[in-house]
Amino acid sequence: MQLVLRIIRTSIGKKLLMAFTGLCFCCFLVIHLAGNLSVYGGADTFNSYVNHLHSLGVLVHIAELALLVLAIVHIVTGTVLFIENLRARPVRYSVTRRSGGRTWGSATMPYTGFLILVFLVCHISWFIYAGREYQTVYQILTGLFSNPVVILLYCAAVLVVALHISHGFWSLFQTFGLNHNAYMPAIRALGIIFAVIVAMGFGTIPLYLGL
Amino acid sequence: MKSINLTLKVWRQERGSDKGRFETYDATGISTDMSFLEMLDVVNERLTLEGKEPIAFDHDCREGICGMCGAMVNGYAHGHESGTTLCQLHMRHFSDGDTIVIEPWRSRAFKVVKDLVVDRSAFDKIIQEGGYISVNTGGAPDGNTIPVPQDVAEKAMDAASCIGCGACVAACPNGSAMLFVGAKISQFALLPQGRPEAKDRVLAMLNMHDELGFGNCSNERECEARCPKNISIVNIARMNREFIKAALLSE
Repeated sequence: MQLVLRIIRTSIGKKLLMAFTGLCFCCFLVIHLAGNLSVYGGADTFNSYVNHLHSLGVLVHIAELALLVLAIVHIVTGTVLFIENLRARPVRYSVTRRSGGRTWGSATMPYTGFLILVFLVCHISWFIYAGREYQTVYQILTGLFSNPVVILLYCAAVLVVALHISHGFWSLFQTFGLNHNAYMPAIRALGIIFAVIVAMGFGTIPLYLGL
Repeated sequence: MKSINLTLKVWRQERGSDKGRFETYDATGISTDMSFLEMLDVVNERLTLEGKEPIAFDHDCREGICGMCGAMVNGYAHGHESGTTLCQLHMRHFSDGDTIVIEPWRSRAFKVVKDLVVDRSAFDKIIQEGGYISVNTGGAPDGNTIPVPQDVAEKAMDAASCIGCGACVAACPNGSAMLFVGAKISQFALLPQGRPEAKDRVLAMLNMHDELGFGNCSNERECEARCPKNISIVNIARMNREFIKAALLSE
């Protein structure tokens, strides 16, 4: 335990925590997206997916708990890093320029992260309080996405997630020390492709249901 | 010989405890063959003749190899040309009528001493924690008794080309010195002579880095873009591997 605390206190230790939890969320997004895409099979296919998922019973709760722990670690560590990094430069520059390293994704990581948290709270609470007793999840979805404002906000949130991934994906490889001149360009490209897939995959569902 | 006229906005700070402010100076008739520091010399010469305090800046070799010089020029560490120190930045890269904003490196770990001069002894403290190999006294070993593959020697040499100027810290949006520490750890981690102390080295140097108040690396890659020696963040990845090996994988 002492060893773990000692590692977490270091800057690379915190970075590894961010990378590991980020990797878990990338895997979660793949599974979540694969499930959600069953919406294109129609109401029955989607409801059957939802029922199958819920029939896993205790396994679902274990997964939820694991995701919650991962989220708390990611958010707390990210917040600590954000504050520490602000404090590392008490006097700011009057002129700042980018030299080609920083991207929109990397520059906005703490902010997109916070927006994703806000989105997650809305997203989860909506399904808890939607009233699943008297309507199917498919009906909840179509009801929700009949409102253009909701579609717009959802798509915006998905784009924010994609922006977060565009830096986070390759960055976690670098953090784990998996950087090699031969395959790093491919990892960076894969990160962008993954971000686009997430944006397209999740982003088209409300458009398909609502329009 | 072409000459240009510039407006300089320079950070002036009498001493570390002072507040500091920007002052505007005209740099007229600057030859485009001059280096950036020679341009400052000309300005200082005029300031001295006017009875004013010249602008303090660090410099030594003026050949781009010592690591003493450096300032933020229009938001770029060592100026906008890549792979060069401030002393090797030439005025031909500026145009007549340009306004140039010159600031010192900004970091909690680098305190301003005066004007553009910052105290980079934080780097020395990191080096003292493990930026060396321990060699016992005794007879000198024969040359080439320890085989080192050429490509590995090249990588170690690339890492060792770090001159410790501090541009990585200055350019990092988080004020992190990970490129410096990564390079210093890599140059030893790659070579057999560095392996015996590799584990202690990475832990000690990293702890000192964090203790001194440098920020955390978030892979922004601004450091490698601004490094005058073009040191790659591959060295940061190598340091991360060394850290994982030392902190997590060994008993």
